[in-house]
Amino acid sequence: MNTRLFSFHGGLKLVDFKAGATDQPIQQAPLPPQLVIPLQQHIGTPAEPVVKPGDRVLTGQVIARATGAISANIHASSSGTVSAIEKRPVAHPSGLQAPCIVVTTDGADRWCDSPTITGDDFPHLAPDVLRKLIRQAGIVGMGGAGFPTAVKLKPSGGNSVELLVLNGAECEPYISCDDMLMRERAPAVVSGARIMMHALGARQAVIAIEDNKPESIAAMQAALASAGVGNVSVRAIPAIYPAGGEKQLIKLLTGIEIPAKALPINAGIVCHNVATAAAAHRAVYLGQSSISRIVTLAGHVPRDLNLEVRYGTPVDFLLRSFDINPAQVSAVIIGGPMMGYTLHRGDVPVIKTCNCILVQQQGKRLPYGNHGAAMPCIRCGNCADVCPANLLPQQLYWHAHSRDFDKIQDFHLFDCIECGCCDYVCPSHIPLVQYYRFAKSEIWAQEHDKEKADIARQRHEFRQFRLEREKTERALRHKQKADALHAPSAEAEDLARKKAAIAAAVERVKTRKAQSDTKPRNVDNLSAQQQQLIDEVEARRKQHRRQRTERPPNKNSDAQ
Amino acid sequence: MTVLRTSSSPHIHGPNSVPKLMFTVLACLLPALLAHGWFFGAGIAVHLTLACATALGCEALMLSLRDKSRMLFLTDGSALVSATLLCFAIPPLAPWWLTVIGVSFAIVVAKHLYGGLGHNPFNPAMVGYVLLLISFPREMTAWLTPATHSALHYDFGATLDLIFNAGITGVDAVTMASPLDHLRMELSRTHSMVEILNNGELYGRLGGTGWEWVNAMALLGGLLLLWRKIIHWHIPVAMLLALLISAGFFHLLDPGRYSDPMLHLFSGATMLGAFFIATDPVSAATTNRGRLYYGAGIGIITYIIRTWGGYPDGVAFAVLLMNMAAPTLDHFTQPRAFGHGERD
Repeated sequence: MNTRLFSFHGGLKLVDFKAGATDQPIQQAPLPPQLVIPLQQHIGTPAEPVVKPGDRVLTGQVIARATGAISANIHASSSGTVSAIEKRPVAHPSGLQAPCIVVTTDGADRWCDSPTITGDDFPHLAPDVLRKLIRQAGIVGMGGAGFPTAVKLKPSGGNSVELLVLNGAECEPYISCDDMLMRERAPAVVSGARIMMHALGARQAVIAIEDNKPESIAAMQAALASAGVGNVSVRAIPAIYPAGGEKQLIKLLTGIEIPAKALPINAGIVCHNVATAAAAHRAVYLGQSSISRIVTLAGHVPRDLNLEVRYGTPVDFLLRSFDINPAQVSAVIIGGPMMGYTLHRGDVPVIKTCNCILVQQQGKRLPYGNHGAAMPCIRCGNCADVCPANLLPQQLYWHAHSRDFDKIQDFHLFDCIECGCCDYVCPSHIPLVQYYRFAKSEIWAQEHDKEKADIARQRHEFRQFRLEREKTERALRHKQKADALHAPSAEAEDLARKKAAIAAAVERVKTRKAQSDTKPRNVDNLSAQQQQLIDEVEARRKQHRRQRTERPPNKNSDAQ
Repeated sequence: MTVLRTSSSPHIHGPNSVPKLMFTVLACLLPALLAHGWFFGAGIAVHLTLACATALGCEALMLSLRDKSRMLFLTDGSALVSATLLCFAIPPLAPWWLTVIGVSFAIVVAKHLYGGLGHNPFNPAMVGYVLLLISFPREMTAWLTPATHSALHYDFGATLDLIFNAGITGVDAVTMASPLDHLRMELSRTHSMVEILNNGELYGRLGGTGWEWVNAMALLGGLLLLWRKIIHWHIPVAMLLALLISAGFFHLLDPGRYSDPMLHLFSGATMLGAFFIATDPVSAATTNRGRLYYGAGIGIITYIIRTWGGYPDGVAFAVLLMNMAAPTLDHFTQPRAFGHGERD
């Protein structure tokens, strides 16, 4: 492995505000009386419930099963009774409700039995077995995206995987859950890395950690040394936001720029979060499904903390448990301050992708939380300087502002990763990312409308075609009917046939007559006797002919 | 907490702001302004005060006519920057109305009629200056040398009186062309460089007396701007290099007819232009490659106008001409987006 580091364009050095939550160990969050477990905590199709209200469930038991290839199982985060399956508010920027399974906990937290493997089995296992264990455990990408991990562990489309990148960059301010995980559970991360490498057939793995986490780097190096793994290395990368962006991280480590419309796997690279690796280890070796994660609780809180939280724990329960009065809270950000989203209400549950809960209290602002009034763009170009995708944010803004959605795509709108760097540095305080989201959703809506319009047009055209066809068919039928009406009667036909027969007969007679008028041959130099014989014959013939013409023709005469 | 405040990410913002930017520019202009005042006397302070007051007055008027927030825009500092830059071009004992007309035109027409802050295609200060130069060439070229100025011993009251009452007639006898203007006129009279430069107290070691210090201080201020990351290096470096190379080339061809490149770099509005005027983000090119072309264009046009044109200094015209080219430059110099091939 090349030990050189590369760089990506732009980025920001941000004050990280991580010290508060990293000076104490990870704490267990208390178990709430009710867990509200959404059926969709991942990218893909929602899981299908396999329990019904009143059912007793055990910790780690599947309560909703994955449907389709890109989906994930949902497990009971603690033992208890299913009290409802209904729509509840969930952690989503839209603030919409989604189906959830509500489990009233019994406090016993009794685990169900799950298949595990022992350490000795590991190298002999087929990658499929590992993927199956990980899929059953409902593991999804824990860095925030929530893509089902088992899918991302299967090299697809004939790509072979050279390098597994474990993302421990954690570049957003405040968030330190991965940092604490690596400090306290480094062996699990290393073990997870080996599982993932085996599943992918990857030859090497790199654990990338920002250089503002020296403790994590040391802990990971120690764990690697004690595990005696040679093909996994730890790399300290510069703490420049957004170094944890998948394509930026790959560029930093390898110098490879993943093309805009390609995936890292096309270059033989797969990227997973360190917490996902640790979850894979728990699933494979301990038989523990994905039922909890480490969440950083920060902002206007008595003390910044890292908590092991069961999925389904309501945010306001969590706040109350750590001496935060929800009535005093004015805003809650899920995720970091750069890319996180705000909650509409406090009673939504923590889910698999929720890495940080950033609390703001009424009458207070987070440091750097001051968004002044927006002024016109002065084209200073600071945004372009910091853009990690090397776009021209102010041009994008200009075209989004004037709703020129064709032009904005020429400036590569869809390569924008919404990291917020441009917005952060904008001296005019223009909410740039909001403009880009607006433009993206408008374009999606237009495309959706266009699709619908295309279908409508096709339907319309087919209807026109059908009407036209029916019209011609009807006209044809009418014509046939009319023809049938005007067609000659049988009597008239008969008459015509008779007339034709007469005409034919007359014709025949004429022909014969003509033939008879022809001069017979060998009649020169006839003897008188011969001449007389001929005359007699002719006379008879004439007589006979006269008789025939005088007689009216009978019906069969022409049938001869 | 049933109803929480929602907002779109990012939820934090850097400390940068337009007023901060503009007042940093003003602070970086201070060394050059002090040098200017040191050599050309109290008249500079009078005109500066007048210019700033006019600028704020016009700004307030236009903002209320356009129904914009006066709170937000009067305090942004942009009008003050335009006014200050224009002040460098106004002779210290020029009549008061010169400043008032120039600044009003810059703010009302060049800035607000084009849409206000961020929308003006041309640098307002330069538009104001060019208007004055074309309309009042006599008043605009009546400079004093620093030496004459100190010899005159005008006190502040006398200066005020000259500016507000006497107008140009009072000082007509002692004013003369600025060094660049003088140089151009003398060269057109086929005097050689050596004759011209030895012939008077108008020229210092590098450029015009006094002007070389104003330029040196503007260079210092420009370096501060670079250090504070207010401007990018591309425009000033490209402009100064282009001017240096063009001047150097012709100077090497015929030192008798073409002045020393150093004289070009340290006279007139060169340094102010390179660091404070050409770098005005609103009217300049915004891509890094575009900035290089833009700066180089200004350098070359400045040299052409100074050497063969009819005006004493070419920076203002060069900036305005390149302002016109900026959108085209931007269009053709888009950077390659991440993950896109060279031709994408």
